[in-house]
Amino acid sequence: MSIELLLALSLAVPAAGTLLILLLRKSPNAREAASLVTAGALFAIVLRIYGVVSTGERPELVLAEPIRGIPIALEAEPLGVLFALIASFLWIVTTMYSIGYMRGHHEKNQTRFYVFFAFAIASVMGVAFAGNVFTLFVFYEILSLTTFPLVTHAGTDAARRAGRVYLGILFGTSIAFQLLAIVWTYAVAGTLDFQAGGILDGRLAGIAVPVLLGLFVFGIGKAAVMPFHRWLPAAMVAPTPVSALLHAVAVVKAGVFSVLKISVYVFGIDFLAGAGASVWLMWAAAATIILGSLVAFTKDNLKARLAYSTVSQLSYVVLGAMLANSWGVIGSGLHILMHAFGKITLFFCAGAIMVAAHKSEVSQLKGLGRTMPVTFGAFFIGTLSIVGLPPTGGSWSKWFLGVGSLEAGQVGLMAVLMVSSLLSLAYLMEIPLKGFFQKPDEPPHHEGIHEGPKWSLVAIVTTAVACLALFLYPEPFYRLMTMVAGS
Amino acid sequence: MAGAGEGTGRVTAQLPILQVVVPLLAAPICAVLRHGRAAAWLAVLASWSVLAIALALLGQVMAGGVVSYHIGDWVPPIGIEYRVDIVNAWVLVIVASIGAVVTPYSVASVEHEIASRRIPLFYAAYLLCLSGLLGITITGDMFNVFVFLEISSLSAYALISLGRPRRALTAAYRYLIMGSVGATFIVIGIGLLYVMTGSLNMADLAGLLPGVWDSRTVKVAYGFLGVGICLKLALFPLHLWLPNAYAFAPSPVTAFMASTATKVAVYMLLRFFLSIFGAAFSFDVMALDRVLLPLALVAVVSMSLVAIFQVDVKRLLAYSSVAQIGYMILGLSFASITGLTATLLHLFNHALMKGALFMALGCVVYRIGSVHIDAMAGLGKRMPWTMAAFVVGGLSLVGVPLTVGFISKWYLILGALEKGGPWIAVAVLVLVTSVMALVYVWRVVEAAYLREFSGDEPTGEAPLSLLAPTWVLVAANLYFGIDAVRTAGVARQAAEVLMAGIGS
Repeated sequence: MSIELLLALSLAVPAAGTLLILLLRKSPNAREAASLVTAGALFAIVLRIYGVVSTGERPELVLAEPIRGIPIALEAEPLGVLFALIASFLWIVTTMYSIGYMRGHHEKNQTRFYVFFAFAIASVMGVAFAGNVFTLFVFYEILSLTTFPLVTHAGTDAARRAGRVYLGILFGTSIAFQLLAIVWTYAVAGTLDFQAGGILDGRLAGIAVPVLLGLFVFGIGKAAVMPFHRWLPAAMVAPTPVSALLHAVAVVKAGVFSVLKISVYVFGIDFLAGAGASVWLMWAAAATIILGSLVAFTKDNLKARLAYSTVSQLSYVVLGAMLANSWGVIGSGLHILMHAFGKITLFFCAGAIMVAAHKSEVSQLKGLGRTMPVTFGAFFIGTLSIVGLPPTGGSWSKWFLGVGSLEAGQVGLMAVLMVSSLLSLAYLMEIPLKGFFQKPDEPPHHEGIHEGPKWSLVAIVTTAVACLALFLYPEPFYRLMTMVAGS
Repeated sequence: MAGAGEGTGRVTAQLPILQVVVPLLAAPICAVLRHGRAAAWLAVLASWSVLAIALALLGQVMAGGVVSYHIGDWVPPIGIEYRVDIVNAWVLVIVASIGAVVTPYSVASVEHEIASRRIPLFYAAYLLCLSGLLGITITGDMFNVFVFLEISSLSAYALISLGRPRRALTAAYRYLIMGSVGATFIVIGIGLLYVMTGSLNMADLAGLLPGVWDSRTVKVAYGFLGVGICLKLALFPLHLWLPNAYAFAPSPVTAFMASTATKVAVYMLLRFFLSIFGAAFSFDVMALDRVLLPLALVAVVSMSLVAIFQVDVKRLLAYSSVAQIGYMILGLSFASITGLTATLLHLFNHALMKGALFMALGCVVYRIGSVHIDAMAGLGKRMPWTMAAFVVGGLSLVGVPLTVGFISKWYLILGALEKGGPWIAVAVLVLVTSVMALVYVWRVVEAAYLREFSGDEPTGEAPLSLLAPTWVLVAANLYFGIDAVRTAGVARQAAEVLMAGIGS
């Protein structure tokens, strides 16, 4: 099979999956099987693409050409492959989790849920393999649209308000800032293609460089750099699998991925470092890191706390990109991976607690660890990975980000990273500690062990084990990122 | 014509006059037909032949340059000339395509909204309006423009007054007053030019005018023409007739007028000020760009803001139309090829998006009888195809990629950024108003999809005869958004012709 065909299939398979899901809507078992098969097929395709790209090839495919010289084109390069691997693998896990959660929680309109989920994944693949800034923008916008029905899934007033904030901020920033930045880039560079070393060197200078970069960073609202982060906590009204895969992994990572990709392939890290254009944005990211952590402290609702933790962690990736050196880029890319596995574990646990014990607030979790030991154990591992402690994968990305900060001569940023790690340790570790070591206020409803649905449990264990495995085997991903940083 | 048979050759040569005569003759036949359906199908036939002729003309112009047709073989500048270049061939295609889609749509819609004894008269007025608009576009003679302008305007007043709400009458009357003022200004302008040059032929005028540029009379004529045309195209602050006229007219009339009438007025503006007076005179002497820029910006911002607060969705879209006209005039005020390309592209693209949106609303009127935003609550489930059409049209209005709206915005912003410096602020304003469009479009979408249906009687999907034409336009919104190379190419060619002037 030709590699270009595989690229097309990476979009077509999840899109076709939606049809299959629709056709099988009468039988939930067949429908969920279709979801799983589609997810598995997609992961196999992405693995094949990885195999080719890791040998140094860069397959390309032009889908259409709306404006002369600005095609909608796909291109597989290491950073996109890394992102696609994460999203497609976690889609399988999340689908398993969803089966348990959506049934256990008696959610309505499950077919619509699976259909838009598959659509969202198709758009994520488009983001991952976008061959130029325009294509990236197109799929970025489609992703906002396809996730909107998932956010407003409950159909309540709260969901409607959240949907308004969600779409308002994501569309608003992308139209007002990102589109302006894209047209501006085209006007000065005459192309929008992603190229090693960037396309702006020598064509843009002075104050325009930091301004343009700022338009991109803030225009990519999905990266949730403050003050455009409000949509992410708002999106937590969605069912937990959506919060887990989309708002801890796919959508938010599409944002920071875009920032990283544009920094590396449109500006080029040497150009950025030379122009000093990214310094002010380093501090915008640093402020988001600290403020996000501080707000997370104040949240008693578990999902809200995780959401602000995500806001904070996303800015690690942005920070890595803004450091504009190869250590920063490697740390940034690895943090997309490590945070994905850590945070999805935490969300899975939060959802399992909601389904099994009907608890959503942190203060209600006392002693629950004794009835749900696996869930709380996984939460503990996920916490370690988010904080960046061995033996979990999160320690690698923090390591490289720290090295990158020092390389950039920003000792202050190093301090920010350390302080933020301590903060996240405090607000996340509270949960397993409460669960295992405090006495419940009231006797538990269930005697003995009472975990979440078994499909969900499989998913939780998978991602928790992956957090540990990534500590031992970060090598293939590190190699992908060195290809990005070296190019 | 070598290779073609003599018969077809003759027909091809007569295309410019047939473009106008076909609907013009079909109109009285419709009026005397007693049967509504018969009149409807005659109108459909006429509108489809009009589209075929317009496409053939565009083909001729793209292959062989300007087509000139002398009526009654009287040689211009004495005789009346129909003159088709890439600019008006493009506008003819826009008007004819919308006509070809709206006419079959109107069959079911009109039966529902207009008393049956008036239906043949409706089609007569409709075809007259169509021929008037085509006539304005195709003619190369200034006075002829005025004649066709009156034909299209008078029939438009009649069409609007056919709307079901009683307020349609006052809306039509208001449009009549303001439209007549506009037409009078235009004829005064034409008269003054005739006094100065002794010619009514556009190409001839373009050659004669540079000799009398310094004359105050010519400048006064310029002013009269400018105000008159801006009234017809509803440029802020001369737009007051438009919202009510669009809100109360029958659905197919709104869809047709919103997509064609103002576009033809924009064409008149471009033709008069760029082709006849010349870009040099307009921009360097009369400072047209500096006059239009603030008006366009105020139109875009204020009317988008007003649209946000409307509860009647038809009126909401009407205000949005005034804002969108602002975009077209904004492109002109850039005084550059890219800016004009954006204007000409948006003529076509806006016709597609507003046509689709108003037709979707027509489907809603057909079933619900109201387009109040509260009446549309919960329609997403009851009329899925109609509301899906509205969503796509709305996204196109916002300018989301893969829709035609994006292509317009792209060229508009590119045009602003090309000029650099303070013009970046203009680009920002265009984007900010796009976000405002998102707000007013999304209010409707939210009502339809996230609120519960409030009516008690069960409502079904609109009939296929309404949905099919609506979706033709929706598909066009997507197709020309994904493949805009051809449309942008024609628009750019037309922009170059306009900037160069009629002589070259």
